[in-house]
Amino acid sequence: MTATAYGRPGTATGTGPPRSDGPAKAAGTAPYAYEYRVADPAYVAPVQATVARGRVLEVDAAEAEAVEGVIAVLTHAGAPGLDTGAELSGLQRVAELAVLQSGEVSYRGQVVAAVVAETFEAAWHAAALVTVRYEQWPHDAGFSDQRADAVAPEEDHRQGEVESAAPAEVVVEQTYATAMQHNNPMEPHTTVARFEGGELFLYESTQGSYEVRRTVAALLGMEPERVHVVAPYVGGGFGSKGPLHAPTVLAVLAAVALPGRWVKLALTRRQMFALVGYRSPTIQRVRLSAGADGRLSGVDVVATVQSSHVADFVEEAAGPAKSMYAAPNRRMGHRVVRLDAAVPTWMRAPGECPGMFGPEVAMDELAWACGLDPIEVRLRNEPERDPHTGKPFSSRNLAACLREGARRFGWADRAPEPGGRVENGWRVGMGVAASAYPVVPPPGDSWARIRYEGEGVYAVSLAAADIGTGAWTALAQVAADALGVPLERVRVRLGDSSLPEASLAGGSTGLMSWGSTIHAAAEEFRRGHGERPEPGAEATGHLPANPAQDDYAMYAYGAQFAEVRVHAATGEVRVPRLLGVFAAGRIVNARTARSQFTGGMTMGLSMALHEESVVDARFGHVVNGDFAEYHIAANADVEDVQAHWIDEEDPLVNPLGAKGIGEIGIVGTAAAVANAAYHATGVRVRSLPVRLDDFIGA
Amino acid sequence: MKPFDYRRASDAAGAAALVAEHPGAAFLGGGTNLVDHMKLGVAAPDMLVDITHLPMDRVEALPEGEGGVSIGANVRNSEAAAHPLVRERYPVLSQALLSGASGQLRNAATTGGNLLQRTRCVYFQDTGTPCNKREPGSGCSALEGYQRYHAVFGASPDCVATHPSDMAVALVALDARVVVTDAAGGERRIPVAELHRLPGEAPEQDTVLSRGDLITAVELPEMPMAARARYRKIRDRASFAFALVSAAVGLELAADGTVADVRIALGGVAHKPWRALLAEEALRGSAATEAGFAAAAEAELSEARPLPGNVFKLELVRAAVTETLGEVAAELRGEGEL
Repeated sequence: MTATAYGRPGTATGTGPPRSDGPAKAAGTAPYAYEYRVADPAYVAPVQATVARGRVLEVDAAEAEAVEGVIAVLTHAGAPGLDTGAELSGLQRVAELAVLQSGEVSYRGQVVAAVVAETFEAAWHAAALVTVRYEQWPHDAGFSDQRADAVAPEEDHRQGEVESAAPAEVVVEQTYATAMQHNNPMEPHTTVARFEGGELFLYESTQGSYEVRRTVAALLGMEPERVHVVAPYVGGGFGSKGPLHAPTVLAVLAAVALPGRWVKLALTRRQMFALVGYRSPTIQRVRLSAGADGRLSGVDVVATVQSSHVADFVEEAAGPAKSMYAAPNRRMGHRVVRLDAAVPTWMRAPGECPGMFGPEVAMDELAWACGLDPIEVRLRNEPERDPHTGKPFSSRNLAACLREGARRFGWADRAPEPGGRVENGWRVGMGVAASAYPVVPPPGDSWARIRYEGEGVYAVSLAAADIGTGAWTALAQVAADALGVPLERVRVRLGDSSLPEASLAGGSTGLMSWGSTIHAAAEEFRRGHGERPEPGAEATGHLPANPAQDDYAMYAYGAQFAEVRVHAATGEVRVPRLLGVFAAGRIVNARTARSQFTGGMTMGLSMALHEESVVDARFGHVVNGDFAEYHIAANADVEDVQAHWIDEEDPLVNPLGAKGIGEIGIVGTAAAVANAAYHATGVRVRSLPVRLDDFIGA
Repeated sequence: MKPFDYRRASDAAGAAALVAEHPGAAFLGGGTNLVDHMKLGVAAPDMLVDITHLPMDRVEALPEGEGGVSIGANVRNSEAAAHPLVRERYPVLSQALLSGASGQLRNAATTGGNLLQRTRCVYFQDTGTPCNKREPGSGCSALEGYQRYHAVFGASPDCVATHPSDMAVALVALDARVVVTDAAGGERRIPVAELHRLPGEAPEQDTVLSRGDLITAVELPEMPMAARARYRKIRDRASFAFALVSAAVGLELAADGTVADVRIALGGVAHKPWRALLAEEALRGSAATEAGFAAAAEAELSEARPLPGNVFKLELVRAAVTETLGEVAAELRGEGEL
């Protein structure tokens, strides 16, 4: 692998030091929220609604309260009050967080009561003994794109005349679908809380300690400074630990109800499928109009997505097509179906990930319809400027990624026709798809403090969250470079609201925003204290505004290649090879970057072949809510996964020249797999996941 | 999880008696299924009778003359799969065991427990939905629900669940029998093929065992075709997934190349490991050709009653039977791998 070592020789950035938190994680000594040893904790067990819509008439807790060790049963009648009119950040859905504030049930699995007990066992046993009587109302949990009540959340984005454009020589008009998915980080959502003397302390599994602080403070009507959130190690979030969800609020309510007592709540895996959000399923109607030469004249994408009567969250699956390829006539729009269901949430590359599936499979269909190489079709539609805004790109190296990927993957060796290669009873095919992920403004403000500790050692502090991405390590590298000192002289502190505020870990912005902030703090430090500071010398830096942000379209790009094997008799699908080439600006840490890319690609593979939350609309909930039934790619499914990147210098994106890499790896992977499956078999699968029954009998 | 008593029995008969005396008691083996169910509220025994320390933990050759091998009920799945006697004489059993669950689960799960594991029907495991197997008379949610892993043979209007074991499928193909100790201290043997029931009107009963009956061992008879028998598992994920369809296939060819004897057992298709008797009957005495194998699969499929959500399983049965028979036949003829 010839990963480009960016950055200056002899400096920390651009090399690949291993994760500084790695040994502690591997040895199990890095504490996750639930593992903090607190004195004499009480345990919280939620009671969840068994109807999808209705009203709680009565909570009979007599049997539960009789269980030895039960301290309290919280219900909407007796739970502490929350300020449900609080102004929260745009990430939060206050209605989702109004836990136990009314008896109304808006989705199956909603928290309708909770038991707090001296032991975990007593709490969970008693929770099962709470009897809730409901007035059950008819519910509606059936997602489809054939519903008259779907609404457009905003006006469609339109350029030219996509409907009445002159008849095109080639038209691809198809419907594509992606499945509902649940984030399922390995560490379930966890809160350990204590309320004492008007101060609230939280050990929390979160992507942003300040976001938790502000949200919880607003709900309780407290000063944010009186809420303290500690989250140095987080076992994955994948978006679901960005916005808060009901369990955090439930634990806080229990803490408020029991002042001075630590309370602990960790969700079971099954509860992870009910209480902390999910990726909406999408149904994408895509119409590509083109000349026989494959040049697009029209791109029309309308995506139907699921939202909730509780609050809206729109999975912006029609978004990526806006800026992807040149075409004079364009329409991108969303249709939202509000259901009696929990609120969807961020999940890895929200919008981009599902939204690249339909268009990138459609581009493959266009290529075959025109008799062109799928790579060539994409190259012919490369835009000069961002087709959406008309702005120039700060850098756009999709073409280079496609070419480099084709060379590395052996694209030229593929069979000329679909179904043209069979090996030992397996049909073999290759597919390609493009990836893109925007350089988005960070979700929140950031500050960083640098302090000289003496003896050459610098402490760098900010409340950023490392949710398993490698931020502990990469931020130390950025600091070392900015300060001009060796890596081992930098001590980083993260994940604590007592540190300077940092933006949420989301939108692949962590390294860009926190790194730029550290960069600014280092400049501030040297300006104030020079090269020979006194021990104790300190400086604080602020996330610099990017003067180029409004003048350029900024994206990272990638090309994903897949080899797929489909068993001729059984239809079993395997992916022996995945290869991605990315153009994401400066790569700060080659080792952790490669893990980010290949991790994203692996999740894309999992989305392509496996992940599907099955909702039984009669009941209104996900019925395959465990890891035996909700399949995530296992080791045996993941064979040769390679990530490469090309040199890309983009000083416009930020002082580091780095674009986000956390999410782009998952974007486009599923389309590459589906396209390869078509090449292998001649069977076009337009609905994820791609599974064996798509091929047998075909 | 409901509080429960915990007892350790001193011997098999004592364990059987304890469970027979206490209507709410259950045997505890590896716990990989029962303990999950206790957490989920699917099972709520008020007493667990731990049998894991009883001396039923050996894999050994049966006495001379009887041939065959005995596997103690407490032998862990990973041990059984790795045991030389199993690998040499019954490799199909080793293949089936290794295709099931994960390494961690196989290290914990026992031979007896594997046989008695319950269905993975999502509704059975979800106390918030009706299920006749979990709560007799409440209705079957799968009939009009999620059916991907459900039965195509032998189901009833009351239950369309499947038995999830891979091991049991191989055992049926190997004519294995279970050794059962009852509460009175008596011992009897039941062919594995007759251990599990079809759901009928009583889907809550998985097996023909009575309360207190304890499986102490599985016996594998001597069987000429066992050494070349094979297991093929078709599933949605390359590991750690239950079979959509699996097949354990043994074949014996006569000197003239016709089928002298055959065993075909299918997994993932019925409430019990499904011995494909119609396919076997069609094959005995007929030519061991691809066409013959395909015809045998069709004979079996004449009995199939798929659900709207699992019609594709018929094609998988066809493929699993035809391909695996073909592979075994090729090996018997010395043709090696296809």
